[in-house]
Amino acid sequence: MLDILVFSEIEEIAFELLSWGRKVKESNNAKVSAVILGNNAKEKAARYFSYGADKIYWSDDTLLTDFYADVYAEALYQIINMSSPELLLIGSTRRGKELAPRVAQKWSAACVTDAIALNTKDQELVVSRYTMGGATISAGVLKAPHKVVSVVPKTFELGQKEPILGEVVEASVKLQDSRLKIVERKAKQSETVNIEEAQTLICVGRGLNKKEDLALVEALAKTLNAEIGCTRPLSHDWHWLSEQREVGLSGKKCKPRLCLSLGISGQIQHIVGIRDAKIIVGINKDKSAPIFEITDYGLVGDLYEAVPLLIKKIRDSVS
Amino acid sequence: MNIIVCLKQNVDMTQVRIKKETREPMLDGLPFIFGDMDRNALEEAVRMREKVGGQVIAVSAGSANLKETIKDALAGGADEAVILIDPMFTKINSPKTAKILAKAIQKIGKYDLIVLGEGSTDNYSGQVGPRLAEILDIPAITYVEHIEYANNKIRATRNMEESLELVESSLPLLITVTSGINEPRLPSLMQILKASKKPVQEWNASAVNITSADFTGDDYQIISNFAPVEERKGVIFEGELDENIDKLVNALQKEGVLGV
Repeated sequence: MLDILVFSEIEEIAFELLSWGRKVKESNNAKVSAVILGNNAKEKAARYFSYGADKIYWSDDTLLTDFYADVYAEALYQIINMSSPELLLIGSTRRGKELAPRVAQKWSAACVTDAIALNTKDQELVVSRYTMGGATISAGVLKAPHKVVSVVPKTFELGQKEPILGEVVEASVKLQDSRLKIVERKAKQSETVNIEEAQTLICVGRGLNKKEDLALVEALAKTLNAEIGCTRPLSHDWHWLSEQREVGLSGKKCKPRLCLSLGISGQIQHIVGIRDAKIIVGINKDKSAPIFEITDYGLVGDLYEAVPLLIKKIRDSVS
Repeated sequence: MNIIVCLKQNVDMTQVRIKKETREPMLDGLPFIFGDMDRNALEEAVRMREKVGGQVIAVSAGSANLKETIKDALAGGADEAVILIDPMFTKINSPKTAKILAKAIQKIGKYDLIVLGEGSTDNYSGQVGPRLAEILDIPAITYVEHIEYANNKIRATRNMEESLELVESSLPLLITVTSGINEPRLPSLMQILKASKKPVQEWNASAVNITSADFTGDDYQIISNFAPVEERKGVIFEGELDENIDKLVNALQKEGVLGV
């Protein structure tokens, strides 16, 4: 029997993990429990049951009010000792991705982070993730008796809610204060952009010379009714665009009908994010740029000359 | 301040090519380098030393190529280095790496700050930092994109999905840094020449008291590792731009992907 314990500090992601657990239960002998930590933990239990949890462990210990990875790891470890699961599933948010190896270390467990697929085959758990900077997808069998896997959000589809209830257990954890102190938390300027849903996506890279030149890209986006995404340097290093627009291994994975890549050399860390596009177009000055290895249509040329022409011709063709 | 930077060497990922027929990555003969964020970690350590004094020790575990690779860290500003080379260390996963680094750091003894990249360039699994903090039983701040040191405390800004989190900790402390924290310097010729004169200690498994018994229980056996199949048309337009853009727009119209 596969005994699964689920935790994510983001409720929606916990529900995705539970939905997967419920599917496993349908085909295998499995048990799925979940952990809820923090304020009002107990009140949240009903929702967890509706997505497939058989049993809930909860704690609203005041030391769990804010998310400190060291304290959360200790709480999870103590709950593992109460419930003795074989597999701990964690949502691979940044917080979750720190939590997973911490718990694994305490529990002497094997750990895989950023999983993109999980399969149970012949009593074995096969976990897939990107490796080699995103160039390849590796699959491996987790053989250790204790297993921790952090799963990339949206890997599993959310299941249907069912009006089922289960067992609720208050976990009496014994915790110490974190050794860190959160001084303040500044919300990021959040843009309500969801480039993952875009039908047409323009991705822009280091071929763009300066921030002001984004105007050119925006003009094209307007013509094509497209969203704008970018490679990591533009969002994280130069802050020209918000981090929600980063496309790639550490950013968003998109599946538009059309992806138009401008001034992007085609490093694999970025390509991972556009691999599922139906049609990929690349415009780059450098004929030998790796981007042309993965495009349906590649245009060798300067984006500063090509984009204005492209805008004009698309307008002409539509009217 | 005594600063330790942990780095991971891997083959240069930008040079990895995929075998067309089998979709396997071809790694033979590729040069070894330190990861991108490992270089950010080194740079941040060096900047801290330049501000407050002290020393920076670079620590890395892996194959014999490290003897060469480590020179990059010394040219980049580390004062000295410890390299951990042993046949047991050539193919090591995150828990094993964390164990080796912990033993090496305990042997080095004195440290205030340990700096790592948030993840390696090849696997980006981000496990070594948090695991190392657990083993050494010291506080850790992950995803750091800015640090300041005052009154024996570190204040660090963590880049989280929804917010920037300002966190404070006393020393000793472990941090993992993001690529946004700095732009690593390019070493000058002088620094590269000096690097080969800096002290490097080489330790094997027994020097840090590691036996095969330390390397059990974390089994994750890779059964396959392939590049996903790319089925693209691969049409290239080259030459007269005006004409080519006509061709491109026509092609996209035929594909039915233009317009709403």
